[in-house]
Parts: sequence; C-alpha cells; structure tokens
Amino acid sequence: MIVEIGHYALILAFGLALVQASAPLIGAQKNNAVLMDMGRMAAMAQFLFVALAFAALTHAFVVSDFSVAIVVANSHSAKPWLYKLTGVWGNHEGSMVLWVFILSLFGACVGTFGTNLPPTLRARVLAVQGMIGVGFLLFILTTSNPFLRLDPVPADGRGLNPILQDPGLAFHPPFLYLGYVGFSVAFSFAIAALIEGRVDAAWARWVRPWTLAAWCALTLGVALGSWWAYYELGWGGFWFWDPVENASVMPWLAGTALLHSAIVVEKRNALKSWTILLAVLTFVLSLLGTFIVRSGVLTSVHSFANDPERGLFILVLLMIAAGGGFGLYALRAHKLKSEGLFAPISREGGLVLNNLLLGAACATVFIGTLYPLLLDVLDGGKVSVGPPFFNLTFAPLMAPLVAVMGVGPMLAWKRGDLASALSRLWIAAVIAAVGGIAILFIHGGPVYAVIGIALSLWLIAGAITELATRIRLFKISVTASARRLRNLPLSAIGMTIAHGAVGIMILGITASSAWKIERILVMNKGDQVTVAGYTIKMGGVNNVPGPNYLAQRATLTVTRSERPVTTMFPEKRRFKNPVQTTTEAAIYTTGFADLYIALGDQQVPKAGSTAKAGWVVRVYYNPLVPWIWIGAIFMMLGGLVSLADRRHRVGAPTRAAS
Amino acid sequence: MSATLDQNPQKKRRPPLTAKRRRLYLLIAAAIILGLSVTLILNAFRDSLVFFYTPSDIVGATKKPVPQDRMIRIGGLVEEGSVKKTKNAGVSFAITDLSNRIDVRYQGILPDLFREGQGVVTQGKFGPDQGGNKMFIAHEVLAKHDETYMPKEVSDAIKKSGKWQEGGKRATPKVSK
Repeated sequence: MIVEIGHYALILAFGLALVQASAPLIGAQKNNAVLMDMGRMAAMAQFLFVALAFAALTHAFVVSDFSVAIVVANSHSAKPWLYKLTGVWGNHEGSMVLWVFILSLFGACVGTFGTNLPPTLRARVLAVQGMIGVGFLLFILTTSNPFLRLDPVPADGRGLNPILQDPGLAFHPPFLYLGYVGFSVAFSFAIAALIEGRVDAAWARWVRPWTLAAWCALTLGVALGSWWAYYELGWGGFWFWDPVENASVMPWLAGTALLHSAIVVEKRNALKSWTILLAVLTFVLSLLGTFIVRSGVLTSVHSFANDPERGLFILVLLMIAAGGGFGLYALRAHKLKSEGLFAPISREGGLVLNNLLLGAACATVFIGTLYPLLLDVLDGGKVSVGPPFFNLTFAPLMAPLVAVMGVGPMLAWKRGDLASALSRLWIAAVIAAVGGIAILFIHGGPVYAVIGIALSLWLIAGAITELATRIRLFKISVTASARRLRNLPLSAIGMTIAHGAVGIMILGITASSAWKIERILVMNKGDQVTVAGYTIKMGGVNNVPGPNYLAQRATLTVTRSERPVTTMFPEKRRFKNPVQTTTEAAIYTTGFADLYIALGDQQVPKAGSTAKAGWVVRVYYNPLVPWIWIGAIFMMLGGLVSLADRRHRVGAPTRAAS
Repeated sequence: MSATLDQNPQKKRRPPLTAKRRRLYLLIAAAIILGLSVTLILNAFRDSLVFFYTPSDIVGATKKPVPQDRMIRIGGLVEEGSVKKTKNAGVSFAITDLSNRIDVRYQGILPDLFREGQGVVTQGKFGPDQGGNKMFIAHEVLAKHDETYMPKEVSDAIKKSGKWQEGGKRATPKVSK
C-alpha cells in the first residue's frame, strides 16, 4: 500500500511540475499575479509529493519490503540498518528519486524565501526549475520506476554491492547531488535573466549563495568519493582520473569559476553575460556528469551495472538543457550590457584570469574524458586516456592559477597596483623560495614537486598576508587588529580560509605523489619489513566473522626505532549476499603521513614451485596524504563561513543593498 | 574607494580605458591560455594515449600492428584454469576473447573482482621475445566494482570474435541498479 502511495505521489508530482513549468512562465509574460503565484504553490506541493514518494521508498528499504524489485536487487535482511537506509540511493532508480527530491526542495526554497525577488524573475526561475523537474520525473516514471513490484515475492534480497557498504560512500551521492542539483538553481536564474533580458547586482546576490552552497556540497561530495577510493580500493591512490571522477570534477571547476565571476557581477556590475554563460555551462556539465555515470558509455573502473537506454534519455535531457540554454544565450546575451570597466591589472582582471584558467583546465578534462568516446564513434579504435594525460595538461594550467591566487585578492577593484601588491607579499615570496630550495636540496626533486611545494607555500602565506594586511596586523595595536578582524565581513575570512585550504591540498597532492613508497611482498607469520623507518611484523592471519561477511584479518605490529607504534589489522572480507570480496586497508596516520597496509591473496605454491608460501601484503607510506582531505574540508568550511555572511544570507539581499 | 581612484590625476596619463581596449586585453589573455592548453593537450595526446587491443587483434588472422615501447591495453576474459601464482607475489594468467589468447604476467595485488571467467582489462607492454612466445607484462589490472558488469571493451571483443552468447553466461543479465 505504502509503495503504491509513493508511486502515485510521484505521478502527482509530475503533474504539478507541468503546472510549475508553464503557469508562472505565462503569468510573467502577461504580468498575471495569480498565474505567477501558482508557480510558487506548485513548487511547494511538488516538494511535498516528491518527499512523500522518497519517504515511501525509504520505508520499503528500512523494513526490507521484498515485494519491491529494487529492494530485492539492492538490499538484504541481514544488512546493517545504516546500509539499508543508504541503499535507497545506492541504486539507479533510488538515486534519481533523491535527485528529484533535492531539486524540488530547492524549488520550494526559491518559492518560499524568494519573496523579495522581483515577482516576474521569481516566477520565471520557478518555471525553469519546473521544466527540469518535468524532465527528470518523466525519466523516472517511464524508464526507472523505483516502485515496481515483484510477484512472487522472494524470500530475501540479493544485497547491496559490498563495496558500497561503507560510511564514506553512503554519504557521497547525497552531497554530490546537492552540488549538481544546487547548480540547477544558478541555471534557472540564468535562464530567467536571459528571458527578462536583465542582470543586476541583486540578481548576483541571489545567485551567489546558491552557487556557494552547491559548491560546498560538491566539494565535500568529491572529497568523500576520493577518500573512499583511497581506503576502500586498496591501491593507495586518491585520484585516478577516471571518467566517473572527471564527471564530478568538471562541474566543480566550472562552478568555482562561476563563484568568482558572480562576485564581479555583484560588486562591479561587469562580466554579466560571461557569468550567465558559466551558470548554464556548470549545470550542463552536472547533467553530463549524470549522463556519464548512468549510461556507461565510457569505461570506468567505477562503473556499476548501467543501462544505455536510460543513458539516451539523460542525453536527450542534456541536449534540451544545453541547446535551450546556449540557444537562448546566443539570442539574448547582447541585451546584457556590462557597465563596470576595469584595467587588466585589477581585482576584476585577476578574477577574469581565474575564470580563463579554470575554464581551460575544465576544457582539458572534458577533452581527455570524452576523446575515447569520440574516437570510438568515428571508428578510430579504442583508446583510453589515463593519468599521464591529465598530469601533463591539468597541472600546468593550475600552476599559474595558484600563482595568481596569491596576488589577486591584494589588488584593488577597477585599477590595481601590481608592484605594491607584490611588495606586500615579499614574506610569502621568501617562504615559497626557501621551501622550494629546501625541497631541492633534501629530496633533489622531482621538479614538479619543487614547483608544487613552492606554489602552495606561496598561496598559504599569501592568504595569511592578505588577512594580516586587512586587519593591519603589527601596524596598529594587537587589540585594534583584533577589533578589525571581528568587523571583517565573513566572506573575506571565508576566502582566506578557502584559498589557504587550496594550498594545504596542493601540499598533500604534491608530497604524496612525489615521495610515496610502495612495497609489495609475501609475508608469513614472523616476517618483517621496514618502510620509511617503520618496522612492520606479521603476526598471522585469522578468520573473523562480521555481521554479513567473513573476514580474513591480518595482525601486523608496527615499531619505530624499537618502540611500539601501533597494531594494524588489514582485512579481506568475503560477503555472502552477493558473493564478493572487498579489501579493507588498515591505515595508521600521524597527520603528516599515512602508513597504509592492504592484504592480498594467500599464496599456496604447488609442489616443486619456487614461489614462497604466505600472504601477499601491500605496504604504502604516503607522506602528507591526509592534507588532501583536510584541505578539502577547509575549502568547504571557507565556503560555509562565506555563506554565513549576513549579506549573502538567502532572503536578505535588500538589507545588504542598503 | 573607486571614487577616489577616479579623481586620481595619474589616470589621465594612461591610455583611456575603453571597452574596446579592455576587450583587446581579454582577447590576448584568452588567446595565450587557449594556445597553452592546445599545446599541452596535443603534446599529452602524443605521449599518453593508450590504445586498446583484443587478443585477436594481436595474434589472430586480423592482426593489427602493435606499437613497441608504448603502453597498450588488452582486454577479454580471464581464461579458466590459467591463473598461476609465481614468485614474489606475482601472478600469470591468459586473456582470451574465446578465439585467441595472450599470456599475461603481473606483479602485485589483483583487484577483488579478478576471477577466472570474468572480464578484465590489463595495461602494460610486451616483454622481450621468448622463443616466439611473447609475454604481456601488465602494469595495471582493472576489474570492475560490480560482478554483474562486464567492461564494454570486453563484451565488444567477444562479440567481434563471434563467440558472444546473448543471454548466456557471458552476457550476465543486468540487474536493475
């Protein structure tokens, strides 16, 4: 019964989305307040019904209702409750319901909190949101019905892919979707502005917090995914430049560019049509990401069973959004006149450079990701574009970006003075140079590591210098500085945190790529190996039962200069439903480095073979690797601090204008 | 802030900041970055594209030339009964598209879903000739996160060799996920 209610609610939501997509659009054209208001009502009602459908689906998973097809395919009665819950979005149908749920939530938010928006703009934004809702609800109802019943009802489910039964991945999709779908709001605002033919500072004040919130969620989502890959896949790496990973990083890069160009629209009334274009592009890339993951057109190590027909549907949605968005842009963008002029050397100039470099970096990722598909379609053979391609293209474009990031915030709006900005950054320059030279002497390279370390130190020191300059640290008394710090807008503090966090992340990426140590060996009880000063001694492998798996657990004691450090327990887990093995790496972290041990297969050589009997063990020493995720978390925190700024608060744009 | 700058007498000595001039600067910056990206991409493509081959592409009747000293990928199914453990955590196995087979050697931990009869993609180079029998030295072995999923290259390879059985064991029914 509850399942049918859920299905029915989804169909009603589709009807309401149709109303939301049409009524306010007509209302805004004819200036009819009743029709415009219908959009707001429809958005709210649509949210309620999608929430009801989502709750019904969640209920089916939590109580293990095996009459529902996707519960059977993705759940099992013996599964821990957390993974029963996260099983809701651990499959295609459920994840699309989550997508629409977030979309309708945002639509309802615009309807509820957008009371101070010009009524026609709000109506048009809601209409565009409604159109996206129509597309995705139709997609769910026609190709991926989550409420499909089974008859006869099986006794138990087939279980969730064990690799997904993990806290890191449980919350990866919701945050990723919050980001993707959050950019739909920026898209809707952009389309509405194109229809209105008007973009002003008030528009940017609305778009910025939405973009910022979406960006924060996406940052966390991508970081969670990378963290999961690091500890769950047992390869000791954090990023593989795989198509599915690239699919999430492309909207992130475009969204980061959008975040910065929207500042210029808000503060200086310039870069309007560029910002609109970025808003459209960011959401189109979010849809592209969904398409890549859901269609399986690209070979990815992260591919889960997928369906090309569904991929085609998303491709059509993508074409409509891209074609409609870019087409409208081509027709109407000339109406958006930018007023604020600025010199090349200025804060705006720095932000333009930021946008150009982020755009170029995004384009290289796009080309590297889709080139194999293009070549395959043209029958040019099957190729794969691996990490070397991205390392050779992405990194060289990021280097100048980081260099500019240090100076940009020090420049004045409109016309900046590069010489004086650089002279204030002399300490940062000295720190960067000393750091780089020290690395060259201690490690002797590689060159990219020297550059990476120097640039990240430059960025961190630059961010601190910028804050110190703002509060006139050591120029005036400490208490006066503290007072200035308290009075600083939160958005400025958020920027300092986020920029510094990028530096922390680059330190982590550079050090762990350059000085990682990897040892693969066969170990028996009593064998020991020394990696980076840590002596690891094998204490044997035992069988340990888990809630829905049987684990083979190795016990390894770690000592350093004869002193005990820790005991590590890497596992291989054999799940019964479905039958699958997963690797649970053991990680010992000091905060500055990770000791990472993964357990492989047991070696039992045949008679006469020279192979050694024992367990295959993979030991990694990854310097500074935790800083990658610490950096990502601080980046997100910087975004949140900035979001908390009174002037950014959703619903408070009028107060900010005064 | 901007008001004080506007009154700055220095401003008059510089060329006037027209929209045209601003657009010129922007175009120059964009052109430089575009040129840089294109150079980087072309350069990276020359060195780091990895081509995919099926066993039949390498030893079959429809043999294609295989570049030496370059990473390539070979994909297919892990032949039943071919997996052997060798010295120092090494493993050897054969990749088959059910018409032809290639011997592969690999040093390292295999992915969790590596199994005989399952689809696999390996990346590496051919080792030196050993009496006419070339051994493929894999640097990477890729299997999927999902046991019901077969890499597209692998299913295409088997279809190409004419041994694909629709709905049979090779085409594991796709679970709606």
